[in-house]
Amino acid sequence: MKIVKTKDLVFDYIRRDEEGNVEGITTAVDHVDLDVEPGDFIAILGHNGSGKSTLAKHFNAILMPTEGAVWVDGMDTADKDKLWEIRQRAGMVFQNPDNQIIGQVVEEDVGFGPENMGVPTKEIWERVKESLKAVGMYEYRKYAPNKLSGGQKQRVSIAGVLAMHPKCIVLDEPTAMLDPGGRKEVIRAVRALNDVEKVTIILITHYMEEIIHADKVFVMDRGKVAMRGTPREIFSQVEKLKELRLDVPKVTLLAYELRKSGLALPEGILTVKELVEALDRLKAGDK
Amino acid sequence: MLKDITLGQYYQTDSVVHRLDPRVKLAATLLYICSLVTVKQAPGYVLAVLFLAVVIRLSHVPFRFMIRGMRSILLLLILTFFMNLFMIKGEVLVQFWKLSISREGAEMAVKMAVRLSLLIIGSSVLTLTTTPNNLMDGMEKALKPLKKLRVPVHEIAMMMSIALRFIPMLLEKTDRIMKAQMARGAAFDEGNLIKKAKSMVPLLVPLLVSSFQIAGDLAMAMENRCYRGGEGRTKMKPLQYKRRDYITYIVVLVYFAACIAAGRIVPFGRIF
Repeated sequence: MKIVKTKDLVFDYIRRDEEGNVEGITTAVDHVDLDVEPGDFIAILGHNGSGKSTLAKHFNAILMPTEGAVWVDGMDTADKDKLWEIRQRAGMVFQNPDNQIIGQVVEEDVGFGPENMGVPTKEIWERVKESLKAVGMYEYRKYAPNKLSGGQKQRVSIAGVLAMHPKCIVLDEPTAMLDPGGRKEVIRAVRALNDVEKVTIILITHYMEEIIHADKVFVMDRGKVAMRGTPREIFSQVEKLKELRLDVPKVTLLAYELRKSGLALPEGILTVKELVEALDRLKAGDK
Repeated sequence: MLKDITLGQYYQTDSVVHRLDPRVKLAATLLYICSLVTVKQAPGYVLAVLFLAVVIRLSHVPFRFMIRGMRSILLLLILTFFMNLFMIKGEVLVQFWKLSISREGAEMAVKMAVRLSLLIIGSSVLTLTTTPNNLMDGMEKALKPLKKLRVPVHEIAMMMSIALRFIPMLLEKTDRIMKAQMARGAAFDEGNLIKKAKSMVPLLVPLLVSSFQIAGDLAMAMENRCYRGGEGRTKMKPLQYKRRDYITYIVVLVYFAACIAAGRIVPFGRIF
């Protein structure tokens, strides 16, 4: 069974004037079909206003589709009786690290989700411990959230979602407000969850570097899925990415420029290591 | 600069009083205040002072922290003292010009001053030894019966603890906005009162807007983590009475009974 599936998903933002008359309709998500297999690491990419966050908010029933449908682990998000079960299965981490921590102490915040679900006290403590350990924040369990750095706060937020034992975690631009160090910290934690705990990850971002390790990438543009495929397939289309106003990682861009000027490099180089190896091969071939 | 303020007046240390269940401390404080109202004679006062002294000793909180709470009511204390001293008519002790001090007045003035001081110090013991969060938990559980009267006890407690959590953040925001406005040439501490109040507008408006933003984000984050009110919710740190809590209840009740008894032994006696 697909963990997340959307079919012909459409979402309209309706602007109203003061009397409540419709002033205009903005279609933020426009006929999107999407399948996510359990255990996958999915990246959804797009520049500002491409509809990627709006799409993400459908995955745990914060927003309801205007048209079409969304299923999470086989449950239709329009089904009101299943609302809490859906939110437990698909947890969400938001952009602003400050505005999503509820507890006054790290461990209390991580325990908030299980408390709401009615998990027995003893098990809450076990879940808190294992979730904090999974994101490497166990030593900070007694800290006040406002004493932590942005990256640490986001890891606490991830632990908070993880403690609810979700099958899937949706991260809505979790690194947008972080410095490069914090960004790396968070991405490392997310990848570890995917590798070790086999949690399905849906990462929404506009940083190209973060999607290199994804199994599948969806590129959004003006509410539509403009490109889909593996990172390598996506990055081999440098022209198209530029057209969609997305930055290509520097290594990929360099390889692309070298290829254009005549070097026989393979398409879609993603890391420095790959480029070095390819160049070495080229040099060996020349001799 | 605004970062350094501390919330509440919790004094971090480890003592029996700190470890007590917040409900016990709440009940004990209430009972102590009641006892202060009932005592009328010297033995009762001695008892009340002794009891508080023992509790303070057990709490390991330095006495000067207890006195701190008194500063805010110092004016009230002095005012009531002199009002009682001069206003109550009776057997005249001293007289100069139009003012006279009566025996009853002097007695009453001292009693009221002692009573007020004990009241303030007694309640500071509660706030000094209990974290705001713990206190809120205690109140939520103690007031649970009010739920039957449709008082949203859980919701109020949740709101209070969220407010406490976000005060440092809002202070930080205030600080940032203040600096941003100062960089644009705003002056916050110049001119008369009206001018000062007016200069607050460019500070308060962005602060208000961003609080709404935070509230919206937080509500979404809470719903996302399956928050749906107090119904069916379990506690990570549930309050449970231990042996020391029961013992404290007994001790406090014995003290209260002793206070009433002390008033009976010397009825209308003039011990002062």
